[in-house]
Parts: sequence; structure tokens; C-alpha cells
Amino acid sequence: MSEDDVTTSLTTLDALESEGIHIIREAVGTARKPVLLFSGGKDSVVVLHLATKAFWPGRVPFELLHVDTGHNFDEVLEFRDRTVERLGLRLQVAKVQDYIDDGRLRERPDGTRNPLQTVPLLDAIVNHGYDVVFGGARRDEEKARAKERVVSLRDEFGQWDPRNQRPELWNLYNPKHLPGQHVRVFPLSNWTELDVWRYIQREQIDLPDLYFAHERDVFTRDGMWLTPHPSVRVRDTDCPAPRSVRYRTVGDASCTGAVESTASTLDEIIAEVAATRITERGATRADDRLSEAAMEDRKKEGYF
Amino acid sequence: MTAPDTTDAAAAIPDARRTSLLRFATAGSVDDGKSTLVGRLLHDTKSILADAYEAMERVSKERGGEEVDLALLTDGLRAEREQGITIDVAYRYFSTPKRTFILADCPGHVQYTRNTVTGASTADALVVLIDARYGVVEQTKRHLAVAALLRVPHVIVAVNKIDLLDYAQGPFRSITQHVQTHAESLGLTNVVTVPVSALKGDNVALRSDLTPWYDGPTVLEVLETVPSIDQGADDFAAAHRRGIAHPTAEQARATESGWRMPVQWVLRPQDAAISPEYREYRGYAGQVAEGTIRVGDDVVVQPSGRRTTVAGIDTADGPLDHAHTGLSVSIRLADDVDVARGDLLSSAADAVAPERAFHAHVAWLTDRPLRVRDRVLIQHGSARVQAMVTAIDGILDISLPGGTLDSSIATGHELLLNDIGVVRFQLAQPLAVEDYGRHRRTGAFCVIDPQDGNTIGAGTARASAPGTGTDAHVTI
Repeated sequence: MSEDDVTTSLTTLDALESEGIHIIREAVGTARKPVLLFSGGKDSVVVLHLATKAFWPGRVPFELLHVDTGHNFDEVLEFRDRTVERLGLRLQVAKVQDYIDDGRLRERPDGTRNPLQTVPLLDAIVNHGYDVVFGGARRDEEKARAKERVVSLRDEFGQWDPRNQRPELWNLYNPKHLPGQHVRVFPLSNWTELDVWRYIQREQIDLPDLYFAHERDVFTRDGMWLTPHPSVRVRDTDCPAPRSVRYRTVGDASCTGAVESTASTLDEIIAEVAATRITERGATRADDRLSEAAMEDRKKEGYF
Repeated sequence: MTAPDTTDAAAAIPDARRTSLLRFATAGSVDDGKSTLVGRLLHDTKSILADAYEAMERVSKERGGEEVDLALLTDGLRAEREQGITIDVAYRYFSTPKRTFILADCPGHVQYTRNTVTGASTADALVVLIDARYGVVEQTKRHLAVAALLRVPHVIVAVNKIDLLDYAQGPFRSITQHVQTHAESLGLTNVVTVPVSALKGDNVALRSDLTPWYDGPTVLEVLETVPSIDQGADDFAAAHRRGIAHPTAEQARATESGWRMPVQWVLRPQDAAISPEYREYRGYAGQVAEGTIRVGDDVVVQPSGRRTTVAGIDTADGPLDHAHTGLSVSIRLADDVDVARGDLLSSAADAVAPERAFHAHVAWLTDRPLRVRDRVLIQHGSARVQAMVTAIDGILDISLPGGTLDSSIATGHELLLNDIGVVRFQLAQPLAVEDYGRHRRTGAFCVIDPQDGNTIGAGTARASAPGTGTDAHVTI
């Protein structure tokens, strides 16, 4: 906590951290088998960090689940495995590729696999018997997510019903559900992108290098800088050339774009995020641009 | 895409490591311009990013509108955009150099009053919109009643569309009088009225030249200066000393009473991989609900009533000698007493008396009526207990003029959707329920349907059952 006027009260970051820890402890306190969706991206890294604080000096009392589209950046997967190893946790991986290989899912014409994640995610929830599923989603990311409760009930099909959500009163969370249903829990609901970066800086949290400016071959498509990656179909008209870029989100390489940037330290990233005039998802996520209600429609199907 | 210019913007942004957080909610009837007010607040604080603004511009044009419809920003669901109404609470985040804000944008439609209760339950302040042409209407009374029921510390009434009355002072003055009279009868003491045009931007974030007769604060100025619940009692006093705001009577009482912390989880890391110094560790994890815990304080564990002292206050970042309201910590106790999730730790100096029966105001949030002898679950702090409704003493009649929540109660035997009533419960296990008027966190509870698990009611407990002689009369 800092000096001057705020010595006796919580600063914004302290309040958000305490709230996140409270949410995690409440959900775990009522869960039979909780799990954290962990991709190695900054938001799930911060949730995991909060969980280590919530259960200190003990170990985080749940396992991690990653839905791997098969299009992930190698360096993020390495970071993911390193983090799991360091904390002595167990990681389950559900692979979209397995579903494509045995015919349960078909590749889309546009090549993006992000919408395909829903089926392996819901299967993993059922097969492992997870009843509380933590995620790093924030309400400031997208207008459908702005409507999301901290604790959100999902039915037998994993569906979100935005018109029939439970009232969420005071700091009393209600994860009660019937067999077959589960709840999604979002401890970072009230955080903004800038809060996440400020917190990463304050806590000195390790992140994949992709988040920091680096030189790489990229080409532009739909206003985004894409990396030539086995999952990205490079057309003849695309001319990859080296540029200084960084990633604001590190999802599926086929639909996650980089932004041009020279911000290579946390201070520089915070200054850049504070000054940007483009939203995080608007800048770098093609899957959210599919339609006006793309996120809402996918969430109704069970996507995060 | 080019890199944004970061030269001077970084200096102007608020520092979340230093600024405090204020949670507020908005409420208003349909067509009062609530979404426009929210859009205006975000626009004038430069919180709308370019791509989101361009999307609004594009949709506004597609619909044939001339001006950019700021309401599009908040209506995020397909059905909301199609019907042009707000269905569910949306949460928005913005900041000024003075403070960061969490805004719960609540629908105004009467059918969604339960969402106003949802948004207002965590609010440090509630912004109620009134259309200046119509003044106080039934929905206004309902929203003020919710603010009174939930004891939202600060209410800001934005008298909107003042531009349509040519910025005249007369109507604003008479609306202010009407609001103040009604608010006082509900026991609301901190109500500020502001003449506003959300469409034109008058007195929302920026002072208007068109209301020279108004010398009060803008809506944003009030939000930037009122104390927040997350700020501990000491901070109210500090704010008072700095002349920023006057603590309410509730806050003043909070400074006198003890601390409370529901136990969420028992930390007992008996794991071979854990550092040897922590193998015998036993801590009780929770978030301080109220007051300041200090090492050495005498403690009562409820509902068992066992007594001991605070041996240590721990966090992952190291031990503390005290912990204020809102902080998540782990408490070590001097004696090896039995403490479990659902218990409440409180200061012995101002202990909580667990009860097997209590009565409360309940806002009913579901279509199925609540009747006497119904079995429900009550979620209070981290405790969840079975309960039975033993009586419904009355139901608030919003339409009655000038009464308190108590005096305007009409008789009734069941609570219907959106009703606020006085309900008596009997509990299967004792709970340390307190008077909500004094203890917002330990006086609040949810009613849960034991069959489907849905949250069906919001409750604010009162001192004790009527007729026991210990009931401190609470005028809500």
C-alpha cells in the first residue's frame, strides 16, 4: 500500500486483489472439483497468481485446464508448462486437433479454430467432473462480457442465458447448481486491461515474451499484423516483413494479431495501454469481428 | 495500425496504485435517458476508445440517426439492441485523475427492478435519473426505496432533460424539494440533486454555462469526492478532516463498532512440499467485512461463542499488524479452537449474538411468490443455512405518499416479484445476523431456492425479532 492520502484505505489495485482472492476462496469453498482455465495468457496468469495468494502458504487446491486449438504459439505453451511445473500443479490439456483427427469436429473454411474450442471444453468439464470453472475474462473486454456475472450458471449444454441471470448481491456469491450444470467464475470481472498491467508490474509476474515488443516477420490483414505460422494461410499478396510488434492478447495464432509497438518493458507497455485509442479485442481479435454479437453468440453456446 | 502516441497521455492517467475505487449504480425509468447519461459520463471522461466509438457511429447511421447514439455503448445484448431497452446490469469501468470507477448500469424497466437491487447492493453511490418534465414518478419512489432499503450511502438525483425546459430554475427547485421530502421520509440523508442534460452534456462531467443559478457540484464531482465502502472507517474520518465529505451517521457509528470477518477457508497446508516452517500452520482465511483487526485483539468465534485472541494477521506478502475493511487476509488465533468455513470471527468488545430467528426486509426477485411456511436457504457471509418463513408482517406500498418503509406497509400474506416486505425467518442453525443499518456486510443476506439453487431474494436484517424488547427501531 502506498503513502499519502490512501494509507488507511485500499487503493484500487489492493481492492481488486482482495476482491479476486475473496471470489476464488468463496468458489473453492463450495466446489466439489474446481479447475482454472489456463492458457498462459496474461489474464489467466493473473488469476493463478491470485490463487497462489488466496491459499498461501498452502498449494493451489485445484488443477488447470488448457483447451489447445493446435494453433498456439510455441513460446506460450512452453511458458504454460514452465509455470505449471514451478507451482507443482497438474495440467489437463484438451486438444481441438484430436477432435479434428477423429472427425468429431471439422475445420472451418476460414481456418480459425477459436469457435471450435467450445466442444472440447464442455467435454473436458463433463469428463473430469468439474463443477466450478475459473476463467480470466474481464467485463471491460467486450460488451456482451460487460453483462456477465462474477459467478455465472451454465446449463447441461454449457449455455449462458443472459436474459435469465441470477441476481448477484453484495459480495455474496451463489455457485449452487444442479447435477450436470456448472458455474463459471471470473475473479477479474472488475479489472481493466490497464489494471492487469499495473498489477503485473507491481507483483513482478512473469509473462510470455510475446507481450513485449520484439522484431518479427509479420504481414497485414484486416488491419491486424499476423505472424506467418503453420496455422495461418499466407496468400501470394501477403508480404511478410520484419517489424517491431507485440501482442496484447496471446490466443490462437490464426486470429490473434500483433500491434506495432516498441514497448519492451512493463513501464512502456503501461504507458502504451493507457494512451491507446483502440480496445484490446478490437485491435487484435478477428473472431470478435465476425458479427455485431459474435461474442454473445459464442458465449450462449458455452464458449468462455 | 501505428503505435499510439504515448508522450503526455501517461502522465494524465490515474495511478491505480494510488487512487481509490468507487462503485456506483445508475437507476431510472425507461426513456429517462439513463443510457445516454452513462454514455455521456464515459464520453466526457474520454473513456470510449476509438473503435468502440466508430462502431456506435456506424450503427447509429445504419438506423438513420443523425447524432451518435451513446446508449448503444451500454446495450450489449442482441435483444437489447433490437428492442432499444436495457435488460440486464452492465458493468463499465472508467477513471479520472482522481479516482477509478465501477459503474453498474441498471435497467429502469419495472420488470427488471431486481437488477437495480443487484447493482445497488454493492454501490457506494446511486445515481437516480428523473425526467425534469415529469418530476418524481412511481419508479423514482421505487428506486429511492431500494436505495433506502440497501442503505446506499450516497444518492445523486440527476434531474435530466433540463434543456427541454430551457434551463429554467423553477422546475428544478420544486423537483428538488419533492425529492428531499420523499427521501427524508425514507430516512435517506445524503441526497444531492443536480440539473443535467445528458444529451448536451450539462453538469454531468462538465459544468454548464446554461445553469448559472446552480452552484452545486456536477454528477462527476460528487462521485469523485464521496467516500467509498472499501475505505475503512479511519478513512472516513480522514476525509472529513480534509473537508472532502461529511461522514454519514452510519459511517460514524461504524467507527465505534468492532470488526467482523466471515471465515471462508481454513488454511492448513499439511503438504510435504510446503516449506517446513508452515507445516503446522493453521490460518482462517477471509475478507475483513467491517472494522480494523489488530494483532492482540480479543476474538469471539460465532456461532460457537468461543473466545481467544488474534495471534497474527498474514498475507502472502508478509504479516500485518492490522487489517482494514475489504482486505483479504488469514488470521491466526492464540488457541486451538474449532473454527470452520461459515463461522464469523468478531471483536470481543462488540460481539455478535447468534440467533435462531430474525426478521428482515426482503426484496423479492422471482416470479414464484414467497409464502409463510416456505423453506428456503439463507446465504449470510460464507454461511448457508436452512430457514423457514414463519411470518410475513407486511408489504411496502410504494404508492403511499410520504410514509417510511414501516408506516407505509400494507398487509399482505405473500411476496410477489419486486415486492419489498417484512419477513420473519426461523433457522435450522443459529446465525450471527446483525442489524443492516449498523452493519452492512453482516446484516445482508440472500435467499436461495433450495431446489434449483437460484437466488430469489435480497434481505437486510433488523436488530432482533419484534416484541423481544431489544429491537432498536430502525426507520428505513
